[in-house]
Amino acid sequence: MAALFWGFLSIGIIGFGGVLPWARRMVVEQRRWQSAAEFTDLLGLCQFLPGPNIINFAVALGGRFHGPRGAVAAVVGLISLPMLLVIGLGSLYAAYSAYPMVANGAAGLAAAASGLVLATALKIAAPLAGQWLGIAVAVVVIGAIAWLRLPLVATLAVLVPISILLHRWRA
Amino acid sequence: MAGLSGEVGEIASLFAQLSLVSVGGINAVLPELQRQVVERHGWMSAGEFAALYALAQAAPGPNMLVSTLIGWHVAGVAGALAATVGLVGPCALLTYVVAGAWQRFRDRPWRRLVQAGLVPVTAGLVMAAAIVLSMATAISVGHAILTGVGAGLLVATRLHPLWLLAAGAALGAAGVL
Repeated sequence: MAALFWGFLSIGIIGFGGVLPWARRMVVEQRRWQSAAEFTDLLGLCQFLPGPNIINFAVALGGRFHGPRGAVAAVVGLISLPMLLVIGLGSLYAAYSAYPMVANGAAGLAAAASGLVLATALKIAAPLAGQWLGIAVAVVVIGAIAWLRLPLVATLAVLVPISILLHRWRA
Repeated sequence: MAGLSGEVGEIASLFAQLSLVSVGGINAVLPELQRQVVERHGWMSAGEFAALYALAQAAPGPNMLVSTLIGWHVAGVAGALAATVGLVGPCALLTYVVAGAWQRFRDRPWRRLVQAGLVPVTAGLVMAAAIVLSMATAISVGHAILTGVGAGLLVATRLHPLWLLAAGAALGAAGVL
């Protein structure tokens, strides 16, 4: 259980720009808690369920080894230090954002972060190339959320069943 | 104090609602988060929201930590905890319960069908997040170009995202943008 805590603590703190590759390195290669196939299988579950994949992964792995307490140990290990760091960073920003250089730097950082999200969106959308049904669903989602700014929960309650039914009808 | 505890409660319930619909992670719920935090509650401007998101990206750890930062910005440490626990709790509980049954439904046809139906929804949601965030961060032509060129570089090369974030901060601080 302590190993779960410290293991996930170590990847939480080095995981810049995405923790998953580090999780794989720690779980499969360094500590050998799972084989590569077991890791991929459990990750499949975590990507299927809602929520941040890496959090779900910590819950599933911790739970598999040590029940509820293992799940809590893994999640707390994963996010406690990064939480403190991000609050520290937020405090610094709040304290110095009146300085033009800091404010301009933050604006540049934010524009770069938008580019990161755009790149992530393009990578997720890549498998849809040539699949007109999938593209149509994605476009409707974009219109509803980004353009009409409809509430997410209601939008998903309508569009997810429609998307699943359309894919079933096509299959 | 009543107002403060009210805000902490609102933060917890907001993030708990988003937890179970975050198909594909925090990026999928960013537009809704922005809509609620900026437009509905008026806790911050769209620019501040984008800045907090960028800070969470630049820090180590999972990018869901933007929840911590938003909670902290609105209601201090109590808000940070309420947001984080609110976001993590429900989906963690669901994962814990379902993980035991995963072997049984992993290869069922409906499982693949649901996943196939979710992929375009997630793609649309993350693209919507990119649009909503970009509109807030494109405060000049230079900022818009940085977003577009940065995204192109990340897609076309194996550039580590941290280099793009560092370059953006440096260019901004130098007054180039």
